[in-house]
Amino acid sequence: MVKIAQISCGTEYSGVQKEIERAAETFGAEIIIPETDIDYIEEAYEKFGFECASSGIKLMIARAMSVVEGRTDADAVFIATCFRCAEGALVRNEIRRFIQQNTRLPVVTYSFTERTKADELFIRMEALSTIVSRKSILAREKQEGLTLGIDSGSTTTKVVLMENNEIIGTGWIPTTDVISSAEEGMKEAFKETDYKIEDIEGMGVTGYGRLTIGRRFNADLIQEELSVNSKGAVFLANHQKGEATVIDIGGMDNKVITVHDSIPDNFTMGGICAGASGRFLEITARRLGVDITELGSLAIQGDYHKTPLDSYCIVFGIQDLVTALAAGSTREDVAAAACHSVAEQVYEQQLQEIDVREPVIQVGGTSLIEGLVEAMSDILGGIEIIVPENSQYIGAVGAALLVSGMAKTE
Amino acid sequence: MKVAIFPPNSLILADLVERKGHEPLILQKEIRKKVTDPEIDSLPFNITQEDPLKGLKYAAIEVPSGVRGRMSIFGPLIEEADAAIIMEDAPFGFGCMGCSRTNELCVYYLRQKKVPILELKYPRSREETIEVVNKINTFLDRLEAENG
Repeated sequence: MVKIAQISCGTEYSGVQKEIERAAETFGAEIIIPETDIDYIEEAYEKFGFECASSGIKLMIARAMSVVEGRTDADAVFIATCFRCAEGALVRNEIRRFIQQNTRLPVVTYSFTERTKADELFIRMEALSTIVSRKSILAREKQEGLTLGIDSGSTTTKVVLMENNEIIGTGWIPTTDVISSAEEGMKEAFKETDYKIEDIEGMGVTGYGRLTIGRRFNADLIQEELSVNSKGAVFLANHQKGEATVIDIGGMDNKVITVHDSIPDNFTMGGICAGASGRFLEITARRLGVDITELGSLAIQGDYHKTPLDSYCIVFGIQDLVTALAAGSTREDVAAAACHSVAEQVYEQQLQEIDVREPVIQVGGTSLIEGLVEAMSDILGGIEIIVPENSQYIGAVGAALLVSGMAKTE
Repeated sequence: MKVAIFPPNSLILADLVERKGHEPLILQKEIRKKVTDPEIDSLPFNITQEDPLKGLKYAAIEVPSGVRGRMSIFGPLIEEADAAIIMEDAPFGFGCMGCSRTNELCVYYLRQKKVPILELKYPRSREETIEVVNKINTFLDRLEAENG
């Protein structure tokens, strides 16, 4: 059983401890609390060097030290503090760095509220558990042989056929029925090559529909999108070592993942408001009478300051854009305002929960909308954002890459 | 009289209060009520999502859930208090809430309560300890004398 060391403050008083344990159990892991005594807390606190006022935070530091110094036998680390606690957020991050610099243990961090439920933690615990049990697979930096990756997303199904570290076929299909969409996507990907499904040496699947299509096609690797997408993103961006932040603004939800040596360690997922998603941009494009692929270049030519947008809401925000057009705003300015609105919401709702580490890699279908990438860079203070080639296929690429080496022939 | 102590889980302070015939308002008693409730199963203290929501009476929604969860237990004890003893700068082995923001809020609420309060600094020597114990005893005796 995978042992996950919990280093936290406030979980017991927020009523979420049981949820954390339940999430870990679901993925075959066990939560353990690193052992410390009073003298060791003082010693570890002095050694760590971060002055803090809360004794709960001091205890966290001692528990982290216990893991690093090998007093606790753990396979992975889960670090959590209360959402909105500044001291907790600072120490959570420093502890995360400290553990990553001094051990090879995978780490996931989280800030919780009393409403945190086990299913919100599932993807993190699944990632931790699979990172431990599939360490050798995740360490793979190069794709070998002929493998297929399928990313069964909520809006689109992406399929990638890879051969010896190169993408040789792709498929991109709107998701309707997960199985038939995957079949169509595969057909598209194979169409560009002389290969048939029988020729592939391994199939990896990820995304919302991974369990269904994984079972249907007897996939060799069925893995959550957190570790697969990060792997795909850093592989395509050619940045598999060191720190990075992956931003994926999807059709229905957004993910921001921070990675260390291509292993995810923190993650935030939004999906409450359609106004902060690719859907908002799709509707804007339709209203402007342009294809979604043209919206980005249109936005680049505009100035978002010239179009007042009083609401982030997909209904009222679009209404504002329509009013602006009627009042004489140019299509370019309206496109720029829409891109800025989405980027601003992702920043306000998600990026502020996470320590953004450079380089920032933007992926997913929306990363092809240049205006959105520019707006995101602008909001992040002008930092350069990398959009790798084939950025819309990261999940499928990650799955094809990770499954390589797990070939059926082995 | 009901005497709130701070840190609210300090067994030494609770013992001193009890020896003088008063009732210490101690955190452990409240936790005990929760952990012996067979209806609830939320380890380790049986605090559930409802408790931090109850804590909204003492701290707003933008305050971290851990602070509100703690306040949902200690807040009602403050309300019950007829007097209070606050020990500042105590090491965590003496008793602690684990959260500095909760400490600040608790001490503030106790001060706002306008009940007799004895505020002390944690003693660092034998002489200081004797002086602190004497002060606590005198405070508690006076409470009894003044309030029967």
